[in-house]
Amino acid sequence: MTTRDAAPSLALSSRRFDPRWWQICCLSGLLTYGLFWLSFDVPPTQVVATIGVALGVQWLLTRALKIPTFEWKSALISGLGLCFLFRANEWWLAAVTASIAIGSKFFIRWNGKHIWNPTNIALALMMLLLPAQAWVSPGQWGSGPTMAYAMACGGAFVVNRSARSDTSIAFIAAFAAILFGRSLWLGEPMTIPIHRLLNGALMIFTFHMISDPKTTPNTRAGRILFACLVAAGAAFVAFVLFRPNGPIWALAALAPTVPLIDRILPGPRYEWKRPVAGPFWKGDSREPMAARAGDFAGGRVLGAGRV
Amino acid sequence: MVRDGTRTVLTMSNDFKGDPKEFAVVVPVPTFLERGQIHIGDRALIDHLDAYSAPRLVEYFDPDPCQRYEAMDRAMKAGNMQAPMASRADELRAKALGVTVEAKYTVGEYDIVILSAKQSGGLEAWLTENGYTIPRGAGAVLAGYIKQNIRFFVAKVNLTEQAKLGFSYLRPIQVAFESPKFMLPIRLGMVNADGPQELFVFALTRDGRVETTNYRTVRLPEGMDVPEYVKEEFPDFYRAMFSEQVRKERGEAVFLEYAWDMGWCDPCAADPLSQEELKGLGVWWVGDPRGDAGGGAQQVFITRLHVRYDNAHFPEDLVFQQTGDKSNFQGRFVIHHPWKGGSECSGIDSYVTELRARRAKEAENLASLTSWSIQRIRRKMNLANDWSAPGDDPKWWQRMWPSN
Repeated sequence: MTTRDAAPSLALSSRRFDPRWWQICCLSGLLTYGLFWLSFDVPPTQVVATIGVALGVQWLLTRALKIPTFEWKSALISGLGLCFLFRANEWWLAAVTASIAIGSKFFIRWNGKHIWNPTNIALALMMLLLPAQAWVSPGQWGSGPTMAYAMACGGAFVVNRSARSDTSIAFIAAFAAILFGRSLWLGEPMTIPIHRLLNGALMIFTFHMISDPKTTPNTRAGRILFACLVAAGAAFVAFVLFRPNGPIWALAALAPTVPLIDRILPGPRYEWKRPVAGPFWKGDSREPMAARAGDFAGGRVLGAGRV
Repeated sequence: MVRDGTRTVLTMSNDFKGDPKEFAVVVPVPTFLERGQIHIGDRALIDHLDAYSAPRLVEYFDPDPCQRYEAMDRAMKAGNMQAPMASRADELRAKALGVTVEAKYTVGEYDIVILSAKQSGGLEAWLTENGYTIPRGAGAVLAGYIKQNIRFFVAKVNLTEQAKLGFSYLRPIQVAFESPKFMLPIRLGMVNADGPQELFVFALTRDGRVETTNYRTVRLPEGMDVPEYVKEEFPDFYRAMFSEQVRKERGEAVFLEYAWDMGWCDPCAADPLSQEELKGLGVWWVGDPRGDAGGGAQQVFITRLHVRYDNAHFPEDLVFQQTGDKSNFQGRFVIHHPWKGGSECSGIDSYVTELRARRAKEAENLASLTSWSIQRIRRKMNLANDWSAPGDDPKWWQRMWPSN
């Protein structure tokens, strides 16, 4: 964020609307729905601990690393995401998870960009290190078509706003192609892949996790390539390893390929408050300049090695 | 179903009531099974596990705190396919059909065949030629499994062996295997079913509750106060309640009836299972000196799931995961018996008021749990001439001038 951004013309200001506001609205709505309609096993202490710690760690690290802007919206988004995905018996495990999520943004960086989506890496690490204490319940959203539709719409709006619809659309298209292809090959009825696609957790992953503009490649081609890789990885986890939460594992495992993809397909880095690129079908033409030093969480301090 | 890591012990019990020679099961299994991986279990263990984890009605007597419990007796049902006794398979014919008879065993009263196949048509033909009645539509379901390299475990009753052993009922078959797949194939069971099928899954794990990853796992309502008369018709009540919950979840959910550490229970519908019984069900890690289950702790967690499934709402097989959730849950309903002692004591008026409110609430609870009509419930509560009839709360002016 620089001060240059803060003097827009009136026409431009509507397009400068921070897409994270929409993310926050969507995620809060989903959390409320999950807690009160679907009776998720998330006690209030865990919600408070997760969001509180996410905001607290963001604030502390912002201060400690002398970063000019306290990005509370990003921290809140990570916290909300963890609230309805992460499950544990102890509230303090949720607090640890939130710290990992936020800490990863500040400390695991390459070329001035953090590598992992904070929610994703925190979930993957906790499930890997404490398999008996931490888990994600992918079935708990059910598969009501209406609900999948509502989430798809809500999510589509968000990704469109943050100019990264292409990642979500490419991922869900590639994953659907794999699911339908596999069922066709096996001779299964098509109700099976449809049922798998209507999974609420998959929709949340598609529109609120893999779509993160900060951790996806900088170019359209790169993002589509990355989304296809993650879809293939998710299918590998589900149908070769037979483990749940395929998309989460695949995204965590493949995120380190993003710097590589950016190297092969270089492009300007994403910023939250820059004029957005418009709908995905209009291409990247409105994403003009190279990233600035004040980029997101701590770019000024930690992004020194950027090319 | 016992699961830890990639090891699974599956105990299949069913309430087949017909002629044993008509009985047959076809179960898709993820690996080849050696003779030693197949075992005949003890049905009493399943019955004990069922009784231990059954939904229960708890009675409280006002103001006497004593309590009794009553458990509902229910049987576990597994999808089965019925077929007449088969003639001996012709190896060459099998080969021509693309079916490989990988092994044949006689275990207890069962003749067991492990099959693999190249195409569903061949498998269907083989099963038909060997005297199994294959319901229409089974071919499509079998096809989906064949390409995944899944074997078929086919069992039928060996009448000679059964006569020798002298059992009048069919004992459960147990299989033990290692596979990352933690699932239960339900699709074959739906093929020949007229309506929805009922399935109870008893999962025994080391770390915590089991849930489905491709369907919602929902806790049944519990701990609610219901009218006294429910005691007389608890099974009817439970069925109506379950049907209503299935309807509320649009028929798409798996229901949690019980989740508890096997070391204890409170209140107990039946005693917890002993180490020997658990071992009999396939919990290999109890009492194992190499295991970490020392110090009296059993380290066995039971999850009882109840599913009513049909093709429209359950297109996929059930896929499970073990969670770290160790919190206890039981399907429990409460009835309170009002104090029937004399009405001379000083606190009787407030007690009567409380009782009215409570009975009104109990009727509402029952109506919302079962979708039975509230009028019918009130009628059945049979309190019309009692001083605490439901729904007749004193009006505010009656409370203001009680002696009018």
